Amino acid sequence: MAAGLGKLIKTLQIDTRLLGMIGAFLLIAIVFNVATGGTFLTPRNLFNLTLQTASVAIMATGMVFVIVTRNIDLSIGSLLGMVGMIMGVVQTQILPEMVGFGSPIIWIVTVAVGILVGMAFGAFQGWMVGYLTIPSFIVTLGGLLMWRGVAWWVTRGTTISPLDPTFVKLGGASGTIGVTASWVLALVGAAATIFFLINTRRKHISHGFVVKPLWAEFTLGGILIAAICGITAVINAYQVPTRVLQRRFQQAGEEMPEGYTEAYGFPISVLVVIAIAIVMSIVAKKTRFGRYIFAMGGNPDAAELSGINTRLLTVKVFALMGALTAISAVIASARLASAGNDLGTLDELRVIAAAVIGGTALAGGVGTIYGAILGALIMQALISGMGMVGVDTPFQNIIVGAVLVFAVWVDIVYRRKTGDS
Amino acid sequence: MTTPLLEMRNISIHFGGIKAVDDVSIDVMPGEVVGLLGHNGAGKSTLIKILSGAYKADGGEIFIDGKKVEIHNPRDARDLNIETIYQTLALSDNLDAASNLFLGREITTPLGLVDDTKMESESRKIMARLNPNFKRFSEPVRSLSGGQRQSVAIARAVYFNARILIMDEPTAALGVHETAMVADLIKELKTQGLGIFLISHDTREMMELCDRVSVMKNGKLIGTERVEDVTEDDILSMIILGKNPKTEAA
Repeated sequence: MAAGLGKLIKTLQIDTRLLGMIGAFLLIAIVFNVATGGTFLTPRNLFNLTLQTASVAIMATGMVFVIVTRNIDLSIGSLLGMVGMIMGVVQTQILPEMVGFGSPIIWIVTVAVGILVGMAFGAFQGWMVGYLTIPSFIVTLGGLLMWRGVAWWVTRGTTISPLDPTFVKLGGASGTIGVTASWVLALVGAAATIFFLINTRRKHISHGFVVKPLWAEFTLGGILIAAICGITAVINAYQVPTRVLQRRFQQAGEEMPEGYTEAYGFPISVLVVIAIAIVMSIVAKKTRFGRYIFAMGGNPDAAELSGINTRLLTVKVFALMGALTAISAVIASARLASAGNDLGTLDELRVIAAAVIGGTALAGGVGTIYGAILGALIMQALISGMGMVGVDTPFQNIIVGAVLVFAVWVDIVYRRKTGDS
Repeated sequence: MTTPLLEMRNISIHFGGIKAVDDVSIDVMPGEVVGLLGHNGAGKSTLIKILSGAYKADGGEIFIDGKKVEIHNPRDARDLNIETIYQTLALSDNLDAASNLFLGREITTPLGLVDDTKMESESRKIMARLNPNFKRFSEPVRSLSGGQRQSVAIARAVYFNARILIMDEPTAALGVHETAMVADLIKELKTQGLGIFLISHDTREMMELCDRVSVMKNGKLIGTERVEDVTEDDILSMIILGKNPKTEAA
């Protein structure tokens, strides 16, 4: 039985590490579902879980690249706070005077400014690592202290609230796309999956490679499409509370029809995570930039001798990390509808933990984008699950810390067994 | 006399106070194998790394087909069709054979994305020629044997039509059978008109494969001789004593 299953996984060419992580997530979900008497595995909680994971998940994809190149970035939590504060000032104090309050251009300019600032600060740190050859641990430890200081200095420590009403939609439950659009996206995703599978197979056949049996392709495609549709169905099952709907109709001066219901659909922030996951996976696997990142992580000398400018590559990797941190700053501050000085505190550790739980090796050269995102989801599931059960915060930290160390140990054992050192 | 394919003239480099290479001149003709001999630290690898762009010389000039060239980095060297197979096997262990073979020169699709399928297909073709037993294309090269890894490194040089090939101890990590395979390959590349610099400690192997040998000691060139003009003992004495018995006698 076990041997048959192993053979099936091999034929389908599914990453066993991925299965392990999905298994771990399901285990956590089921345990908490039992412990909370069935409230963990509800559309409402899963919807909130994805919202809470978004910010860390986005940064974790960038952290994969940073760690793969044998570096670390400890500054992202502080950078997130600083970019959040700057964007807060831009959208509440500078832009409304220039273009008028509530102008739709505010959020666009704010996000652009945030990404530029994040990228510039990231690039600056990358330059110090790559060209001045200061260890990244030190550069970003300095950044951790400095950027948090700058964040405080921007407003002398006062929290900026409320934020621009359009901007706020980028982070929380107020910005969702509804049921129909969610299903349309799911169908597009399913179609893209089928196209991708067919295209890959056709290409392999044209070069005379051995391909998977057809039934395996169908099984794999079926699983992927079922997953896409399943997740969409769960998200779409979360109804907007009746009280919220009533208030909205009251404000519009209308009577709410009897039995009227409405679901949220995918939050914009979650769609941003999905888009970034897809783009970052393509970058990792299918671009020269990504290939060089992994080559440098595997053997920096070999990369250099192959004509790769590893110093400039380091700058680019940190700049990308900075840009992604800025996007996370948008989502984190928009979700809270405020920009506070302490925004993003300790996020660097959550992000590193997510990447490492997701199979990124601190020795460099190894890591996947989907692993990091799943790692972020597992961490968040653990934290919010414990919160729901009523575990005290100090005890939560003990558990999360233990899980991190345990996960890395399991990973080491797994690599040793598969000879994937 | 014909123009050398490549000539390094009066090359010097120092690290701190140490002259690692001191006013050394060597050359190679098309279809010729020139051996570089000397103790560890004699300056052979440093000299070669100047040619491959890993180090920048403090003095001296490099000529290809009689024309002066500038080599500032590994990319310059590659653009001049100079390919290097390093002693330490400069491969990224976490990538597969095709990714290593094309590292820095990936084949891309019209959209600019890396075309793995095409690269693996090309790798299969060249491997069929160089090492027909090579089958493990989709595994990271760390799981390959020394000989398999070496064939990836050699395939990389051959695939991109090297004119000048630098081999720094290409057989150091290999077994008997694999060493013979590399020797055959060197002979084949010679007939194709490549100029080859070969670094090795194995004097006998050098006498068999090379047309000329240059001996270095403490950064200086002791002498360059045709292998048919010298005995293995002459070479050994040049390496050990740092004197050329032929010029000393004369």
